[in-house]
Amino acid sequence: MLTKLLKRRFLVPLVVVLVAAVVLTGCNSTAATTPAVPTGSAPVTALSGSIKIIGSNTVTPLTSVWAEDFMKANPKVSIAVSGPGSGVGIAALIDGTTDICQSSRLITAKEIDTAKGKGVNPYEIKVASDALAVVVHPSNPVSELTIAQLSAIYTTQITNWKEVGGRDAPIVALARDTSSGTHAFFKEHVVQMVELPTKNTKLEYGGKVLLLPSTTGGVSEVAKNPNAIFYPGMGYITSAVKSLGIKKTATDIAVLPSVKTALDGTYPISRLLLFYTNGAPNGVIKAFVDYCLSLEGQKKVTEVGYVPLAR
Amino acid sequence: MTKAEMSRQVSQRTAFIFLGIATAIAVVPVLFIIIYTIISGAGAITWGFLTQFPSQAGKAGGILPAIIGTFYLMLGTVLFALPVGIFAGVYLTEYARDNWLTKVINMAIVNLAGVPSIVFGLFGLGVFVLAFNFGLSLLAASLTLACQALAMVTTTSREAILAVPREYREGSLAIGVTRWQTVRHIVLPQALPGIITGAVLAISRAAGETAPILVVGAAFILPRLPQSPFDQFMALPYHLYTVSAHVPGTPTSVVWGVALLLLVVVLSFDILAAVIRARARHRR
Amino acid sequence: MKQKASTAVVAPVSSEKSLRRRLRLGERIVEGWIFLAGTLAIVVLLGIITILLKEGLPIFAHTSPLEFLFGATWYPISDPPTFGILPFFVSTLMITLIATAVAIPIGVGCAAFLAEVASAKIRETTKPVIELLSGFPSVMMGFIGLALLSPLVQTMFNLNTGLCGLTASIMLSLMSLPIIVSVSEDALHAVPQEFKEASYALGATKWETIWYVCIPAALSGIAAAIMLGVGRAIGETMTVLMVAGGALAVPVSPTDPMMPMTAAIASGIGNAVRGDLKYQALFAIGVILFLMTLTVNLVADRVLERQKRKFAR
Repeated sequence: MLTKLLKRRFLVPLVVVLVAAVVLTGCNSTAATTPAVPTGSAPVTALSGSIKIIGSNTVTPLTSVWAEDFMKANPKVSIAVSGPGSGVGIAALIDGTTDICQSSRLITAKEIDTAKGKGVNPYEIKVASDALAVVVHPSNPVSELTIAQLSAIYTTQITNWKEVGGRDAPIVALARDTSSGTHAFFKEHVVQMVELPTKNTKLEYGGKVLLLPSTTGGVSEVAKNPNAIFYPGMGYITSAVKSLGIKKTATDIAVLPSVKTALDGTYPISRLLLFYTNGAPNGVIKAFVDYCLSLEGQKKVTEVGYVPLAR
Repeated sequence: MTKAEMSRQVSQRTAFIFLGIATAIAVVPVLFIIIYTIISGAGAITWGFLTQFPSQAGKAGGILPAIIGTFYLMLGTVLFALPVGIFAGVYLTEYARDNWLTKVINMAIVNLAGVPSIVFGLFGLGVFVLAFNFGLSLLAASLTLACQALAMVTTTSREAILAVPREYREGSLAIGVTRWQTVRHIVLPQALPGIITGAVLAISRAAGETAPILVVGAAFILPRLPQSPFDQFMALPYHLYTVSAHVPGTPTSVVWGVALLLLVVVLSFDILAAVIRARARHRR
Repeated sequence: MKQKASTAVVAPVSSEKSLRRRLRLGERIVEGWIFLAGTLAIVVLLGIITILLKEGLPIFAHTSPLEFLFGATWYPISDPPTFGILPFFVSTLMITLIATAVAIPIGVGCAAFLAEVASAKIRETTKPVIELLSGFPSVMMGFIGLALLSPLVQTMFNLNTGLCGLTASIMLSLMSLPIIVSVSEDALHAVPQEFKEASYALGATKWETIWYVCIPAALSGIAAAIMLGVGRAIGETMTVLMVAGGALAVPVSPTDPMMPMTAAIASGIGNAVRGDLKYQALFAIGVILFLMTLTVNLVADRVLERQKRKFAR
């Protein structure tokens, strides 16, 4: 009986030590990620390998659909797609923990420097673009705005709908938060009007603008709130909200967002969605990227709600 | 009854009514949320939903990998947080000296409960993913969640052990039982209900957390179940977050279906713990 | 047989000596593990503090602490960037104060009800139900706040939008309630029967016993429950991110849309370049948050010490 008691006392520490040993020895084997440049030339037979994709939440729905289709066509390939942000994706590319970074903004010069310092060469691939629609509640009488007016609304210089031809009611301006590439893009291209002669890089989002973490949340708030305004990507528009026509200046015609107007450039607010890899991709990663850029892959882009690349 | 006695009875009656109202305020929202989730999400729960992989960026198909991933995460958190937390609680009450350093440590551990969950995620990234080289994996995520759970488990274990009256320990030591045996056979069984409460609260929170697992290995789309602790994984809260906040056109029933499933996973764990706790209390 | 008995009683047999030695060895090993666990917990603690300081302190070379804490402009991606966190600081204070003011009385009251007034059956079924709420994913609570609570708040207070500090406070108090209720209930339940019996013997009513004996005796546990609950409320990220509104102006009233410190960190981190000024500033916010909660806990602990001295157990 005494030996049994002693054995029990040693059991727990023994188990812990064993588990720790297993963990630490296994630690070095499969923990390293697949290299960004797998060996082997372009395969003629079945493709195999694994790809990690990390980055923007905006691009995630698109990449997920591409990954699913590619894996169906090539069952030996496994692709893992995650968010949660363009910045996180670029950091992962620099750390070497991802193969592809999906991004809704351009990589900054500082990030390129940090990458080069760690031996990583960011290689940019445009994969799609995204038109930002400006939406309001369907009961809102306003149906078009100029970029200058939008800028004034989002810097809280215009605070009442009657100043832009609507009801006498306060404007509830909704925006995405700083975690989103959309926030930065809208700020540069609309708030600061970078493409117009009235460009002013000192302008900021107003203090009363609501910065939201989720695009779908913003859209549902607009659907409920007769005084709200928001700028979701085109794919997020539902029948519960109304898109506004946007004019570059007061003398232009107002253009509604659509795949056609985004492609031919008449819709003024549209941005690029990109992939970044470490050096030019080859092997199974190149095959995947080729698929995304192919006719078939680009057809999926419209299905998800984004804008394919111009051909 | 005298006037004084009557007024004491009246104040007791009033006080009990307030206590009852407080309980109602605590319980009604919980029930409401549970029922709302069931009503909104039950439509999406089909056998296919439970056994298939997601498709069309999560709008269709099932969430089997997310369910399995959450189970693995909860298991990992239990494995790492409970032994360390409970024994740390034992250490801080029974073995550590009663000086200012111990006080500071106790205070700081309680404080850990207030650190934002995203900071734990970044901590896990820097330490488990990069420094320990576990990579984006179940292991790194479990350890990260365990660190977050540690504050709760350690503090509640400490409080539960402190609540055991001194006389029990003194009586045991007086008849020659060693310190560890006292802890093991007298103190811990008495403190068990409180320890379980802390464990339940901490682990169920870990199951529902999104921010810590965002950067340490949670994926939105994975082609197969994790084969080893070093693989990436899917998890119900992260899936919920992406599908509800970032995928356009997700049917509402799918969103609530995922939430309902998470509730069921957590509930089964809670019920198990509640049964153990009720039995432990009964034995006292 | 007589001989065997006498030798067993007269001198310690060698097997008995080695048993004592083995027991002491086993005991020491277990105590070693306990010490290890304690150390591990402390190491994790130090790790978090280190990462906060290491990544966050450098920002103070760029912005002075006073300007950081009391500046009202947060424009991290502008040129030049400014880092003033007063709006976040005030938001966190407002939201936490309201959430705690609501959650503590309700939580402790509910705990008292469950521990003393309710029957065992009610207690053992209600406790798991309340605990279930702590497992509800924070994203879901955000969803519920967005879909159900914010329109209610909007119409009740006649606001422009229901996404405001008040909505966030209510959701947070719901999320910290399970912790406060459960841990306080355990503390109250652990009050020795003798205390209560002594009180009844002196003629006190049940309520008087609860108020004058049980609660003070369980105060240390109740305080821990409150600190953990408040900690949960302060550290909650996803829910406040979704319902507090996210406006950058310093809030004037709880019904203003606002951005508390945790939401600022979470929304900033998704796009911050690792190691640059914005990244440092976000970690610095984490440092300040940690110091804030530490101060509150220290003060609460001081107050408790005085109470505890009255009830040395």
